[in-house]
Amino acid sequence: MPAPGRQPVYKEADVSEIESRGYAHPDVLVSTDWVARHLDDPGVRIIESNEDPLLYSSGHLPGAVEVDWTRDLNDPVRRDYLGREGFEALLRRLGIARETTIVFYGDRNNWWATYACWVFQLFGHDNAKIMDGGRIKWVNEGRPLTRDLPRHPASDYRAAERDDHRIRAFRDEVLRHVETKGHLIDVRSPAEYTGERLHMPDYPNEGALRGGHIPGAANVPWARAVNAEDGTFKTAEELKAIYEGEARLQPDDDVIVYCRIGERSSHTWFVLTHLLGYSKVRNYDGSWTEWGNLVGAPIER
Amino acid sequence: MPETPAKLASLLETLGLISDRGERIQLLIDVAERFRDVPPQIARRPFPEEHKVPACESEAYVWGTPRADGTLDFHFAVENPQGISAKAMAVILGDTLSGALLEQVAAVAPDVVYQIFGRELSMGKSMGLMGMVSMVNHLAKRSFTLQST
Repeated sequence: MPAPGRQPVYKEADVSEIESRGYAHPDVLVSTDWVARHLDDPGVRIIESNEDPLLYSSGHLPGAVEVDWTRDLNDPVRRDYLGREGFEALLRRLGIARETTIVFYGDRNNWWATYACWVFQLFGHDNAKIMDGGRIKWVNEGRPLTRDLPRHPASDYRAAERDDHRIRAFRDEVLRHVETKGHLIDVRSPAEYTGERLHMPDYPNEGALRGGHIPGAANVPWARAVNAEDGTFKTAEELKAIYEGEARLQPDDDVIVYCRIGERSSHTWFVLTHLLGYSKVRNYDGSWTEWGNLVGAPIER
Repeated sequence: MPETPAKLASLLETLGLISDRGERIQLLIDVAERFRDVPPQIARRPFPEEHKVPACESEAYVWGTPRADGTLDFHFAVENPQGISAKAMAVILGDTLSGALLEQVAAVAPDVVYQIFGRELSMGKSMGLMGMVSMVNHLAKRSFTLQST
């Protein structure tokens, strides 16, 4: 998505409703109408990214390619994301050039779409947008889906090195953040935040040995940022009431967000950074599966 | 250790022969299309919480109804219209575990989901699908215990 001060690639009449919501960077969102009109636009590549591995193959937007978080964005051995060469190969395969406008969408109210978007921004590909309302809105509007796999010519994309400092946080940084009483947002459910065990016998407990939350973290479940009825993002005023009114954040705060593995928190990262214009938000992708297993790490319940 | 129920073992053998990911996904989509909600004579909305699979993002529900021979028929509901993997899992569990020996059903390992869907599942998705298996395990164990006392 365009960085602050940069001209968006498209700015059309149909974004006026999105603009009316008062976001800091309204050009990061596009409507389903906008996407419908750009399905055949060679300057736009639509990417579906889902939690459910069967969904894309069961039907996707015409021309959309798939980015699978597990197969495409993760290092196959280490717990880390792909490196520069892997990212370059991925974007070349998807036929994406540096100037291509990427539109992400997906299931779970764009939870995985924002995750993919966050990983793309680690490599500096900020010419990207999110389709407001995600896959379910498109489907509920009766718009077309296809099982035909698109054929886009490969590109010669050249990626920048991954920058892990700007929007990503690691455990030692989180620990320092705790010690200096920095702002932390835990976007998991209240039951995960409080460390309440899941009640069913033999059920795995969130992949962590300890339950609870990082000391000082406020609990703002990620899905509060979207309208339940259609999956669109809430207005800036409504978002400010949540993040500034309840969680006491301010746009200049240094904020770290986390969840279980960094996927839900990337959604909140997107909201704070792009919709509310916060200047320093980092996603701690180690999240609870790292913190809750870390020997000696401070935990609050 | 009880044996894997015969129908499930047969399905796993078939899936094991499919090395192409796309082919496996297509097969599972076809399976999901056979999904039918729990019959209204067994449960109606709003479904009781005790039948809900914990932490399943697709809001899956499971019921076990007894057969004359003491085994169970399994029924499912999946409230998320995009929960296609959960629907496929429900069809597989219903088809392969209904009527199977309760000791065998109770012993089906939740990580069978990886044999069905492959290793490339997110943690949340695998936990939700494993939760469906665990719920079926739980119903079988409870029924077996009741019959033993």
